[in-house]
Amino acid sequence: MRNRAMPGFGLSLGITLAWLGGIVLLPLSALAWKAGSVGASTWWAQIGSRRVLYALQLSFGGALVAAAIDVLLGLLLAWVLVRYRFPLRRVCDALVDLPFALPTAVAGIALTALYAPNGWIGRLLQPLGVQVAYTRLGVLLAMVFVGLPFVVRTLQPVLESLEHEVEEAARTLGASRWQNFRRVLLPMLMPTLLTGFALALARAVGEYGSVIYISGNLPMRTEIVPLLIVQKIDAGGDTGPAAVLGAVMLAASLLVLLTVSLLQRWNRRWMEVG
Amino acid sequence: MATLDSHATYRPRGLGVSVGQGVLIALALLCVAGLLLLPLLVVFAEAFGKGWAVFVAAIADPDARTAVWLTLTVAAIAVPANMVFGLAAAWLMTHYDFRGKQLLGALIDLPFSVSPVVAGLVCVLVYGVNGWFGGWLDAHGVRVIFAVPGLVLATVFVAFPFVARELIPLMQTLGNEEEHAARTLGASGWQIFFRVTLPKVRWALLYGVLLSNARSMGEFGAVSVVSGHLPGLTNTLPLQVDQVYNGGSASAIAAAFALASLLALLTLLTLLIKRLVEWRHGGELAHPVRRH
Amino acid sequence: MRRFPLIVFLALGAVFYGVAAQAQDHRLLNVSFDPTRELYKEANTAFAASWKQQTGKDVRVTTSNGGSGKQSRAVQDGLEADVVTLALAWDIDVLADRGLLAKDWQSRLPDHSTPYTSTVVFLVRKGNPKQIHDWPDLVREGVQVITPNPKSSGGARWNFLAAWGWALRQPGGNTDKARAYVTQLYLHVPVLDAGARGATNTFVQRGIGDVLIAWESEALQSQQELGKDKFDIVVPSLSILAEPPVAVVDKVADKHGTRQLAEAYLKFLYTPEGQDLVARHFYRPRLPAVTEKYAAQFAPVKTFTLAEAFGDWRQAQATYFADGGVYDQISEAGH
Repeated sequence: MRNRAMPGFGLSLGITLAWLGGIVLLPLSALAWKAGSVGASTWWAQIGSRRVLYALQLSFGGALVAAAIDVLLGLLLAWVLVRYRFPLRRVCDALVDLPFALPTAVAGIALTALYAPNGWIGRLLQPLGVQVAYTRLGVLLAMVFVGLPFVVRTLQPVLESLEHEVEEAARTLGASRWQNFRRVLLPMLMPTLLTGFALALARAVGEYGSVIYISGNLPMRTEIVPLLIVQKIDAGGDTGPAAVLGAVMLAASLLVLLTVSLLQRWNRRWMEVG
Repeated sequence: MATLDSHATYRPRGLGVSVGQGVLIALALLCVAGLLLLPLLVVFAEAFGKGWAVFVAAIADPDARTAVWLTLTVAAIAVPANMVFGLAAAWLMTHYDFRGKQLLGALIDLPFSVSPVVAGLVCVLVYGVNGWFGGWLDAHGVRVIFAVPGLVLATVFVAFPFVARELIPLMQTLGNEEEHAARTLGASGWQIFFRVTLPKVRWALLYGVLLSNARSMGEFGAVSVVSGHLPGLTNTLPLQVDQVYNGGSASAIAAAFALASLLALLTLLTLLIKRLVEWRHGGELAHPVRRH
Repeated sequence: MRRFPLIVFLALGAVFYGVAAQAQDHRLLNVSFDPTRELYKEANTAFAASWKQQTGKDVRVTTSNGGSGKQSRAVQDGLEADVVTLALAWDIDVLADRGLLAKDWQSRLPDHSTPYTSTVVFLVRKGNPKQIHDWPDLVREGVQVITPNPKSSGGARWNFLAAWGWALRQPGGNTDKARAYVTQLYLHVPVLDAGARGATNTFVQRGIGDVLIAWESEALQSQQELGKDKFDIVVPSLSILAEPPVAVVDKVADKHGTRQLAEAYLKFLYTPEGQDLVARHFYRPRLPAVTEKYAAQFAPVKTFTLAEAFGDWRQAQATYFADGGVYDQISEAGH
């Protein structure tokens, strides 16, 4: 190996570790430490509370459903953007990044303005008896919004690299388009779809800005965990309860992160074998 | 983790548009228009809904102008800081093998999957009055939480990995041959970095800085926890939007959207530059291998 | 990297700007709650003019508005407020517990340090289509009530206590009945905003709900801004006298050397000029002369005080709004 031949190892390692340690690891270990030192009673008071349980259910349940919807919509978008040429395709492709680049608070008030009973879309839904803003549907909508680009951008390159050979293979076998998609392409896309799902899930679980305006924030109905954390911080005094919930969220994100890296390993093996 | 760049190489399909394709395209257009385009349009519609006077008054408000300035300030500190980190991390990850390299790579990605609210919370736990360093900082008269340093810290946390995530895969793909050639010719480390590596990755760097900047200027959740929400002092633009939105006067919502439209413009600008870079210099960006 | 020098330049500029901003003299920070935004915007200017006249010196007062509890916590956590003007005494008591100001702060200014008061009323849509006249009407089938979250909003705590106190004072009223009533009331709330202003917005701008439980000052202001043809104010048979207190934060004022200025600022609120300003922003003034002048503005309301119904804020806070308190219990009940 010619590794050590290149100068700058010490400097780049120093900067990286100092920055990573100071900005990420130190604060995160403060969270772990705080959550570990509050004692079982605080943990129980938080995790055992019906309100917290409900918020956990909504945050994780909502994020799971939202990520699933993102996978469907994302697959549609990625498929169409990669395979078809049509007017405005470039604009559509650029717009996919919007939820990512638009500040969450702006997304939140914009979605609320659209879906409030007197908003552009809310007005149309009102006669149908559907209310989105200030209901769990609103929470879901915001979560779908923020997670969508993750699925599309994960899928696009894979679709591009796969389509040619897969289609060739399928055509020679005389498969119809749908069979081709279902039997050949979908299994090959599985790891990528799951990765996109996990990324959208991670984003949706922790989302705050775009959800809080449209959700209505009712305990036991539309209250998400990040909001609960903010409320517990704002209540002042002991940061223990907030730290407990923060630790739960952090553990969840680590789990998702781990899943993603395993999926990627799986994916890579897939690609090599394939 | 997700790097939301698309440098798709579009290959026109020689196929005619079948009914099935038409339906799929229509569905996709509907999805883009309803879910993505409308929220953007409504920002501008609401911003100008009460007329120019309200819009101008909202933008000209001294607290709003301070918020714009503060947002620029925070980004001007956080973005270069994360850029230096990103360059160092990329150099480290692509030039050397060492134990724990994979773990390091995973840790660099970590802030992407942490909830912004948790990012704010951890800052409070370390620098808040009852936090690890809070007492010491207070005794020395240093304000972090509810002051600009706290905003910067929270912003650096959430915008941490963008540059590194752009550079590492690209530099891995490009390899080190030129660097090693330069080394053999007797160039110093800095010379190699500035003359060989930096020119090679400049577009990817710009790309990472662009994304990092968008996140830095738009961050809400994390800074909301550490800001203290002082108009004219610690309100960044997204926080000011929130505060004005909850402000309750007849034109509060229009005024909030007026400020939000500035952020939406920033978003559009970001997307535009991003496209341009992808279009002109797509070949000099990272490659699909690294997309997760 | 041609960008680099520019960024460095910007960063340096930012640092200098920060230093310059810190160095400016005679600044006063008033940390306040949501519904006083307009009041203090005007009061700050008026006070600056009066201070200039008296002392020849310039002063710039900044106000921060937000949910009262949140603002209090910001001050506890080190936000350097020279004065606090919050929604309820508990939010200042907490600061006293932390040693930021004297425990007897409430006796340092007239009227328990509350230069203005308000009361809790109902704002309904024009013509009162749901026929809401008193507290029991709020829990009728199909009525949606907008009130903010008592955990984060001080105004909302007064709303909560007004409802509780009313239920307590009905014939045969007791704690159980009050609890049952308030539980029902919160089941009629479709959106729980963090602050009073957010709640007003939800009701007024978003068109959600049939009735907004609000401070009289908020209700009058909404009516003035949006026209009397859009909303009616309904005064319930019995309500609470909301007493939002003000105080100098000793520790901060001494550190900044702004004690004299801070005290003058709060005392200004008690002057005829200050009281007139208060009344113009729909708060009930304390000075009889000013009260008389604005008599037409305020409908007669039968009120009880917090002291009469609940003792003091320390007790009310511990019983109703602390972690695991009555509000937490009822927000988990009935689902």
